[in-house]
Amino acid sequence: MTTGGTYAGGIWSWITTVDHKRIGILYFVSSLVFFLVGGIEAMFIRLQLATPENTVLSAQAYNQLFTMHGVTMLLFAVMPMSAAFFNFIVPLQIGARDVAFPRLNAFSYWLFLFGALFLNSSFFLGGAPDVGWFAYANLTSSQFSPGHGVDFYILGLALAGAGSIVAALNFIVTIINLRAPGMTFMRLPLFTWMTFVVSFLIILAFPPFTISTVFLLFDRMFGTLFFEPAGGGDPRLWQHLFWIFGHPEVYILILPAFGIISDVIPTFSRKPLFGYPVVVYSGVLIAFLGFGVWAHHMFAVGLGPVATSAFSGLTMLIAIPTGVKIFNWIATMWGGALRFRSAMLFSIGLVAMFVIGGLSGVMHSSAPADLQQTDTYFVVAHFHYVLFGGSILGLFAGVYYWFPKVTGRFLNERLGAVHFWLMFLGLNLTFFPMHFAGLHGQPRRTFTYPAGLGFEGFNMVSTVGAVVTFLAVLVFLVNLVRSLRTAPTAEANPWEASTLEWSISSPPPPHNFDHTPEVTSRDPLWHDGIAPPPPGEEEFHMPNPSFWPLVVAGGLLLVMAGALVGLPLVLLGVAVTLVGIYGWSFEPIH
Amino acid sequence: MERTSTGVPNEKMLMWTFIGSECMLFASLIATFLVYRDQSIVGPYEEELLNIPFITVTTFVLLMSSLMMVLALSAVQRGDPRGSRLFLLLTAILGLIFLGGQFYEFNHFVHEGLGLSRNLFAGTFYLTTGFHGAHVAVGVIWLLTLWTLALRGRLGPEKAVTVEVAGLYWHFVDVVWIVLFTVIYLMSGATGA
Repeated sequence: MTTGGTYAGGIWSWITTVDHKRIGILYFVSSLVFFLVGGIEAMFIRLQLATPENTVLSAQAYNQLFTMHGVTMLLFAVMPMSAAFFNFIVPLQIGARDVAFPRLNAFSYWLFLFGALFLNSSFFLGGAPDVGWFAYANLTSSQFSPGHGVDFYILGLALAGAGSIVAALNFIVTIINLRAPGMTFMRLPLFTWMTFVVSFLIILAFPPFTISTVFLLFDRMFGTLFFEPAGGGDPRLWQHLFWIFGHPEVYILILPAFGIISDVIPTFSRKPLFGYPVVVYSGVLIAFLGFGVWAHHMFAVGLGPVATSAFSGLTMLIAIPTGVKIFNWIATMWGGALRFRSAMLFSIGLVAMFVIGGLSGVMHSSAPADLQQTDTYFVVAHFHYVLFGGSILGLFAGVYYWFPKVTGRFLNERLGAVHFWLMFLGLNLTFFPMHFAGLHGQPRRTFTYPAGLGFEGFNMVSTVGAVVTFLAVLVFLVNLVRSLRTAPTAEANPWEASTLEWSISSPPPPHNFDHTPEVTSRDPLWHDGIAPPPPGEEEFHMPNPSFWPLVVAGGLLLVMAGALVGLPLVLLGVAVTLVGIYGWSFEPIH
Repeated sequence: MERTSTGVPNEKMLMWTFIGSECMLFASLIATFLVYRDQSIVGPYEEELLNIPFITVTTFVLLMSSLMMVLALSAVQRGDPRGSRLFLLLTAILGLIFLGGQFYEFNHFVHEGLGLSRNLFAGTFYLTTGFHGAHVAVGVIWLLTLWTLALRGRLGPEKAVTVEVAGLYWHFVDVVWIVLFTVIYLMSGATGA
């Protein structure tokens, strides 16, 4: 038999790794760095807005920072941190030794990293994009955005977006095809289920965005007329294509967090998830409805009464499956033996904060109300409650929950509680006053405001809250560093959880499972739900490390850079990519 | 072959999923094409340019390439090396003829004054059919790679899934063309040559 053995050491072993757990760690570290970058950008924004007529930032710098804050947090922090968990946890939860296509998995990571670095390099190469993360036409035309910022946006997101699609394809195949015997769909842990749903959202939502950025690129580089009103083009085309991607994107950001807490809450309540099938179907329904509501971002454009009513109604419908999930989490906790560990605190925090964000979301779904709120800080308050209060809290729940599995070490629970309460306080101080600032009429995306309009108090509180949130993140970093210096003491199942990833050692061996487990129950570790392994040793092969994924991703990076530098570099990039693809195709796998 | 939960090979499942994603790509292009139909404010206009009889011929060629693909897969599955080589090469050649037709068409349109930035029809037409043409080109390279493998005797029945996956891709690209042919050419109001 071939055992996975142990991991090779050294940088090269990380660069050529195709192991899903190591790729998960790479995703996590990268996304944490970008989370800090996005957080520092947010701190500059809050400093500028702390007082009226402030001059910390110029209007130009402010526009770049709020654009990059949005892009970075959504696409380079929250999505890859979710991907970190997809990578590390999903194969363990379904009883697999790796994902279906390990090299493709490494390729996705490099594409994400190169895309994120490429886009952020624009800060040093003539200025970052300053058109908002939504990049509405025709502000993005070469007439109104003559610099290269928008080009960096298009090309960087092309790389990162391709990485997301490839990763999602891989996870769909993995979850369909690599489940251990007995692991039927209705026995999948909720986190795996939500990964599955999110992967479908990614492969269906990103292509329209890719196409709209290709149109934009052609408008800017070759003078086509897609978004050019003087030539008959219509800037609203961008808005439709963008939000057909952009709205599913918000579910891409939140559903992994929902999945995480659907695993955490039962563990720390010592009860199976209440209404498992309903939670699964609600997640699927949210994703399905999420494709039919994009135009609620465009009520102020003037779609006409029929379209507005339809999109308004569909949007309201989404509140139903979401509300169902909230009730299921509460019912899971109800009567349970609750243990308020850090992971549980963050999960309960998500439930509470998401309700606030969800309620303001229902307010937006009503078009007449939305017309009052559009482009004000009320909207900023809403989506930060769902994205920070929802996604970020959920991801931190996942960090505290799975940290012992990943590293064999525990994060300090006391520091974890400090982290949670500071963050809870900080996010409410930051974002709650924005509701009022918005209803008083403070416009978003505007670098300053005059004194005497009643915005001063709200903004000062928000800035103080941002500082508190930043402190909370520092506490987390201290916790992380301290815990990595302790000895690994975590046993296989420290939280007494029910799912398969807790049946193997912490951290797991490279090959995960000595014997492919045979599952006979939805909560296998609670119900003796793993059949005894057959006698004898099981034969399996682990994939070899490979540097070809890096070569292909590097070739594509050269193509993107070449689009800004010149044709020779594009051709070089194409050549490198082709060499990489052939090297990859004819490389022995085992 | 590795055990999978469904019995469907991973490569095949990947291609089906990828095709799902590609549907949204082409749907976005087609939707844009339809939204911008008849919105050009300067000529030349589509009904003056599109040559339906000519494209009908290249469409037929592409459809025949799908037939060759089916025969190629069948030959590989049977372990017939001569048939594998022949039909893979024929599929690729028919694909190349289609691409040649597209090249001729683009060239002709530019000659008639339809530069890429001329009007909305130019942008939507060149990008939509261009994206499809790029897919055909990738498929041709893929098929020629398989063909060289077959020449070296390395494409036996054990590689049938590889060929089947390439075939899935090729048929999908063909099906997209049927839609494009209908939407862009047959619905254009062009009267013929």
